[in-house]
Amino acid sequence: MSSIKMTASVLAITAVSATAAMARDNVQVAGSSTVLPYASIVAEVFGDNTDFPAPVVESGGSSAGLKRFCEGVGENTIDVANASRAIREAEVAACAENGVTDIIEVRIGYDGIVFASQIGGPEFTAFEPADIFNALAPKVLVDGALVDNPHTKWSDFNADLPDADILAFIPGTKHGTREVFEEKVIAVGCEETGAMAAMIEAGMSEDDAEDACLAVRGDGLSVDIDGDYTETLARIDANPNGIGVFGLAFYENNTDKLKVATMSGVAPSTETISTGEYPVSRPLYFYIKKAHIGVIPGLKEYAQFFVADEVAGPDGPLAAYGLVSDPELAETQAMIDAEDTM
Amino acid sequence: MTDATVTPPMRAKGKSLMADDARTQKRNAAERRFKAYGIIAILVGLSFLVFLATSILRNGIPAFTQTVVQVEFTLTQEEFDAAEGTLLKTSAYTDVFVSKLTEQVSAQGLDVEVDGKAVERLLGKVGGDLREFYKENPDQIGQPAQFQLAAASRVERYLQGKLTRDMVVDGRFLEKTDLDIVDALVDAGIITSAFDWNFITGTDTGVDNPGGAGIGASVIGSFFMMLVVLFLSLPIGVAASIYLEEFAPKNRFTDLIEVNISNLAAVPSIVFGILGLAVFIQFAHLPQSAPLVGGLVLTLMTLPTIVISTRASLKAVPPSIRDAALGVGASKMQSVFHHVLPLAMPGILTGTIIGLAQALGETAPLLLIGMVGFVAREYPDGLASGLLDPNSAMPAQIYTWAARSDEAFFEKAWGGIIVLLLFLMTMNIIAIILRRRFERRW
Repeated sequence: MSSIKMTASVLAITAVSATAAMARDNVQVAGSSTVLPYASIVAEVFGDNTDFPAPVVESGGSSAGLKRFCEGVGENTIDVANASRAIREAEVAACAENGVTDIIEVRIGYDGIVFASQIGGPEFTAFEPADIFNALAPKVLVDGALVDNPHTKWSDFNADLPDADILAFIPGTKHGTREVFEEKVIAVGCEETGAMAAMIEAGMSEDDAEDACLAVRGDGLSVDIDGDYTETLARIDANPNGIGVFGLAFYENNTDKLKVATMSGVAPSTETISTGEYPVSRPLYFYIKKAHIGVIPGLKEYAQFFVADEVAGPDGPLAAYGLVSDPELAETQAMIDAEDTM
Repeated sequence: MTDATVTPPMRAKGKSLMADDARTQKRNAAERRFKAYGIIAILVGLSFLVFLATSILRNGIPAFTQTVVQVEFTLTQEEFDAAEGTLLKTSAYTDVFVSKLTEQVSAQGLDVEVDGKAVERLLGKVGGDLREFYKENPDQIGQPAQFQLAAASRVERYLQGKLTRDMVVDGRFLEKTDLDIVDALVDAGIITSAFDWNFITGTDTGVDNPGGAGIGASVIGSFFMMLVVLFLSLPIGVAASIYLEEFAPKNRFTDLIEVNISNLAAVPSIVFGILGLAVFIQFAHLPQSAPLVGGLVLTLMTLPTIVISTRASLKAVPPSIRDAALGVGASKMQSVFHHVLPLAMPGILTGTIIGLAQALGETAPLLLIGMVGFVAREYPDGLASGLLDPNSAMPAQIYTWAARSDEAFFEKAWGGIIVLLLFLMTMNIIAIILRRRFERRW
């Protein structure tokens, strides 16, 4: 029967592929959904402008990407992990356990995190970190006492804010954006409102208080979004009172639907982020397995191409899309050329 | 003759056969109500269908047209060499094109101020197309050539009426004054709308280039996956069901297998994805993102469907056929392959095609084996490359587009749904035709 012959040939191809798999000729990238747009731009242009095939770029979040990155060395593991935060000590240790020891850290530029709401919604135009903390922390300081967060409206703690129900859509814990949001907004607010001092006074050690300061209320007024910014946008679209956390580039692509709030009086833009005036920004990274350089064709070239002045520089396509370019790009380029590991 | 007269049993007074009594009326009313519920259920279902179909068509049809900038210009050898000498060759081509277009528009004497920056904002990422053209046709260098190149996504939305002047916030992507230029260029016939063949034949693009994105490469990816599914699950599934149905002894062990096949059919597809990652990629070291692995995973998912439908159609062949064949001296195997299987074929094919259609629309298992993301970038150049080189699949491509920030990609996602639905409909129609054609009734 011909179908039996066909099956046999497919099985033969499967067997051949097991050997072919030993010679992967494209770069495999996974990780942060914030870095994904930039990586996909570079991947397209890299494929168009060089003789190498375009790299495969997957999403999934910084932590998920770094976890896959640390699974081991070999052709069936990814070569590059995108991350919207720096790699953690624990992850480096997990990597080393699986034999991934030489890691090259590449900083590609900076990204701002903005707070935006529906364009026709209440006037959320100016926030301080303290406001976000008062709205979203599980325990806040009211009249000098640390109590479970009683606020349900923004105007409950700041008369300048609209009389609207608190509802925030923040990135889920597998996103690197969440960590930046916690450290640059919630923790700052915690200190500014004096809640941290109150916790230490109540007998907490300084480290415990710092950790407690990063927590977010769990009563449904703060919603974790595990998907992409498009999901946050859809939630904002459906909730006029909702406040969402976005990347600057995503907001700039959707200015007809979203209005952005200033943070500590500074409006987010590539200029205010590159000067450091806008407080909530973070560096974006990708990590390369040095052991794969020379084994996977095009890996080093991809990294060099990514941080070239023409690509990641202020006039390149990444900046045109919304990346705040790194003033120290030249050092990164030199580091990749020399393959300096962390 | 007797004088006994038979009197018919008296009906209760005032009750005619023509008028229903209360109980009958109640029963009839219940029946009418039940019919009404049925019709309402159908209407609700239909209205959902109509709503879905209209929203898919309304959102998806624009993906098939593309706002293009129509321009004729000459690239000199020096410009070609200069562009090829840079690192970012494609953007060098874009720059050349922008300056040529700016010159041309200024020369036409339109009453708007045109500067290079504005033209750059109005254009899509055209450098890749230009470079490809001149790489393939080096004899065109120095000759005037006619181009239709994609305009920026915001220009397209402005012309579709989805973006109005009040909505435009001046920024890197578009400024209010740019719209005056767009209006002037539309009047001059430089910006027009054209059917977007690239959407059907093209590959995925980076997030800043929605105008160049096409679903073609992922259609090929889906095709290769379906090829693997068909050539693995059909023979394996049919062989397994023939053995179980015709040859296997009926005992506890075969009962157990039967129950487990039914259970497998109900396992969520993501589970097969995890299995595929563990077995095919981490253990067997097959390449990631390869349609071969996707096909293998979907084969696992489709097998139970095919086994169940094949067994059902084998059961539907009357025992008299088998008995007659055995009666004239055929062996058990001859009776199955010469008589039972041909009669069961239409049912088997229908089940297979429905199983394939299900597999075609599956995204979840592909997430885990690396087929979702920026993958569908290159066309395969043969069978082996089609099976082993990274590629995406239609539903995965739709998912990827829907997650991108530029609204033009959202439109592409809806357009992709139309293409996917067309495929599914074709497959279902083939299933119906096969059933009609070969179906035998006893």
